Amino acid sequence: MTDNFYGEVLADHNLHPLHRHDLPDATHVCKGLNPTCGDDIELHLDIHDGVITDGSFTGLGCAISQASADIMLELIIGKTPDEARYYASLFHKMIEGIITDEELEELEEAGALQNVSKMPARVKCAMLSWNTMEKLLNGGDS
Amino acid sequence: MTVSDKLFSKADFPVFEKYKDLVYLDNSATQQKPRQVLERVEEYYREENANPLRGLYDLSVKATDAYENSREKVREFIGANSTKEIIFTRNASESLNLIAYSWGRENITSGDEILVAISEHHSDLLPWQLLAKEKGATLKYLDCDKFGKYTADDLKKALTSRTKIFAIAQISNVFGRVNPIKEFAKICHENGTLIVCDGAQSVPHIPVDVNDLDVDFLAFSGHKMLAPMGIGVLYGREELLEKMPPFLSGGEMIEYVTREGATYAELPHKFEAGTVNVGGAVGLAAAIDYINDIGFEAIEKRENELTELAFNEMKKIPYVNIIGSEKAEDHHGILTFTIEGVHPHDIAAIFDADNIAIRAGHHCAQPLHQHLSVQSTTRMSLAFYNDEEDIKRFIETLKTIRRRMGYDR
Repeated sequence: MTDNFYGEVLADHNLHPLHRHDLPDATHVCKGLNPTCGDDIELHLDIHDGVITDGSFTGLGCAISQASADIMLELIIGKTPDEARYYASLFHKMIEGIITDEELEELEEAGALQNVSKMPARVKCAMLSWNTMEKLLNGGDS
Repeated sequence: MTVSDKLFSKADFPVFEKYKDLVYLDNSATQQKPRQVLERVEEYYREENANPLRGLYDLSVKATDAYENSREKVREFIGANSTKEIIFTRNASESLNLIAYSWGRENITSGDEILVAISEHHSDLLPWQLLAKEKGATLKYLDCDKFGKYTADDLKKALTSRTKIFAIAQISNVFGRVNPIKEFAKICHENGTLIVCDGAQSVPHIPVDVNDLDVDFLAFSGHKMLAPMGIGVLYGREELLEKMPPFLSGGEMIEYVTREGATYAELPHKFEAGTVNVGGAVGLAAAIDYINDIGFEAIEKRENELTELAFNEMKKIPYVNIIGSEKAEDHHGILTFTIEGVHPHDIAAIFDADNIAIRAGHHCAQPLHQHLSVQSTTRMSLAFYNDEEDIKRFIETLKTIRRRMGYDR
């Protein structure tokens, strides 16, 4: 399973993340931490006129947390905060194993993380960036 | 069956009957339990269970005997002078908290110094951190070099006339190196400083004699040495324990209770409030019998052979970096490592997919990881019941990690 799990999509987003860089003028910044493993990320979003125009992340973490953050940004850039929250709710459903096929389609590449639902020890890794985004959109940090 | 046959097989460990393909290399976190321990615990609950120390009937006497005989077994195992010096706790963490709360609150005042080795597990750090904050004392660290080594000179330099207590593990759960506790105890005592030894990683693996080491306190856990979870030991020098106030209060730790106050039970019961874990204590005694039956000579020989085998194979893999000493003999069954470009969580997940249990993270030793400038690490830790096949499978998987993470495709 793990051989498939760390398949090309995940490996690619981990080794060559598009959105792993600083975003010095971001309008919103929020930190997320998994205290048990020490993984921490900082999420940066530019939100203008009700649209997420750009986003990035920095920090340290395992392949799952890094790929999850990168895929998430890919999905939410260009969308409204409400749409981003909707994707987060779909992601939650996928991890809980209650997502429909149609909903999974909507998640696009994030669907590559579906197997996390069978790896309870890694759920927190996959959720870190999504939880951080929700915290940010709900007014956490700055 | 000879001792060595028994030692080198997993036949005594039912978990490997259930999970035939499991390679268990997380022994520093907890060890698997042999049938002899499980059967003894069951026998206690079937045939001797009653509330000990209180009941005025035969079954309660049996339970009391089972409990107190276990204490005697522990006393003998670590060479303490009296069973008054053996306090049963839940685990090493509780033992260390007991010292900090009871001894610490009486003896530490503002301006005092508490010295803690930088490699300490959080259980042997946080109680001291909290105590220092509460009392306005200073918490100081003794740093090791990158090989995990502490020197007598470093210790002498770190001690001052205000250093009341020094806390250090006999074997670090990250480095596996044995610290020179006897030498350190002498230096501490010449300075009027007490020494607390965390024996969680040493008592299951090497002979430990509290009189020979001359430590003031020793803490360890049963579950890391074949016994059930929920039973631990605090050894303390009798004259220190005598002067210490109770830690937890409640049943069976009192002598007389009036509306105004109470006088406390004699040692060791002063520190054992409430109904105690007799099942755990008899399981620990059975584990000590099991260990004594094999003998530390054979255990150490076996664990060192397996460590060396794993160490030498790991050294051949260019992208694997072993934390700590560059000599296999310094690792005592604990090999903590990093792999270039791969996060320890991913390493552990791949091992798990191959049915190999290892540990990833900071091993409850975050300050040490900061000191070594690594975010987190992966650790394999073995026990005498592991075998060459386990090491072979561990190495086979280790070799595939980078490829499976998308490198060198």
